[in-house]
Amino acid sequence: MDLSAKPQETHLKSRAIRVATVAAAYADDVDKAGRFPREAIEEMKAVKLMGIMIPSELGGEGLSTSEIAEVCTIIGQACASSAMIFAMHQIKVSSLVSHGHEAEWHREFMRRVATEQLLLGSATTEAGIGGNMRNSICAIEVKDGRCYLEKDATVISYGIDCDAILITSRSHKDAASSDQVMTVFLKDQYTLERTQTWDTLGMRGTCSDGFIFKGEAPAEQILPQPFAEIAAQSMLASAHLLWSSLWYGIAVDAFARAQNFVRAAARKSPGTQPPGLVQLAEMSSQLQVVRANIVNGLQAFEAARKDQDRLSSMGFAVAMNNVKIASSEMILPIINQAMRICGILGYKNGTPYSLGRHLRDAHSAELMISNDRILANTSTMLLVHKQETGLLG
Amino acid sequence: MNETIRTLLAKLGGLPVSVDTIANEGDLYAAGLSSFASVQLMLGLEEAFDIEFPDHLLNRKSFASIAAIEATIQSILEDRKVA
Repeated sequence: MDLSAKPQETHLKSRAIRVATVAAAYADDVDKAGRFPREAIEEMKAVKLMGIMIPSELGGEGLSTSEIAEVCTIIGQACASSAMIFAMHQIKVSSLVSHGHEAEWHREFMRRVATEQLLLGSATTEAGIGGNMRNSICAIEVKDGRCYLEKDATVISYGIDCDAILITSRSHKDAASSDQVMTVFLKDQYTLERTQTWDTLGMRGTCSDGFIFKGEAPAEQILPQPFAEIAAQSMLASAHLLWSSLWYGIAVDAFARAQNFVRAAARKSPGTQPPGLVQLAEMSSQLQVVRANIVNGLQAFEAARKDQDRLSSMGFAVAMNNVKIASSEMILPIINQAMRICGILGYKNGTPYSLGRHLRDAHSAELMISNDRILANTSTMLLVHKQETGLLG
Repeated sequence: MNETIRTLLAKLGGLPVSVDTIANEGDLYAAGLSSFASVQLMLGLEEAFDIEFPDHLLNRKSFASIAAIEATIQSILEDRKVA
């Protein structure tokens, strides 16, 4: 057994690349049919990626958010839907790791996730809340040690294909709309009745249908901390960072295709500067900004994890919001530029330079948690929070 | 100070319940204080006590209850005395 850190890192990359290879092979079919990328998810389970964030004493590998982010980027270059499902699963795991480590049921559940390679889904949106997941209408009911919940969930990504769902609700029937809890329901503890079908521009493989969720489970499956704390301390930050990492993967792959296109042209006529070369240089600079932004956000998150007050501070929330806004907005012009370089071969499906799927998938970035909502949230905080003026902080 | 905080909380907190029903240690977020309303409350407190909340105190804990707000303001006023 190799115990040094470096080989493990390489080992993680090689596992991610195995998944990416499978994901790439089926990406166009998944996109066209709008179907669950089962081959890629099965490969994730085969190389045991589902439990990598879970502490080693519970059967996982205790990997950091940065290491998970790297996996998101690698898979994101192959199939954005597969990478998004992986990211959403890990965001749910991060809530368990951060907030479920003291509760016996949740510790045992983490063990199961690691050994059985369970895929976790999420149900935070609800009809009537106007897209603000920090509010719920539905309330969980606890009676004689059991909990009951019914929710009109407008989106449950890969709801049919996951092995358990982490779902938000008000904490009791008289609770304020923002007084929420999150509960784990196992597949055999709930039913889903489909109300909406996911037929979208991009990210088609996430199969984010809407459902009426009805569940019943032992009450100990409710996470002990209020959802407000879970959202602030683990969920929002890891979502913005992991999403951004896979979006960066989409943009990097678009860049690679454009670069291949330009290099192919250069090889055909050596001595002359092929068209698109200068634009490629511009894209390279933009990509570096996106990457630096995400890496900086990851470092800020790892540093803040040791300090609960910092994690729930405004400065940290503003920083994470900014990571999401910048990466989601900057990838679009990069991919668009790549398509201009590749021309008709980029516009057409089924060529080595095709970019339609990249562009369509990337358009989801500004919408999943709407950038307008995030900007409104940041702007409110800027009424009291002061901008960092130093370079190194 | 407690009275001023309660008055501002009633005016700016947007709570679904009467401020009189909230104990000094009661969790304001559980009572329905939204992040938008909490910022409005902070602005009101800054104006009323002629203070500025430094960034390191702009976290959930500092505004989690009436008692916490009182302690937060008190610490700023104490620091000012020292300075």
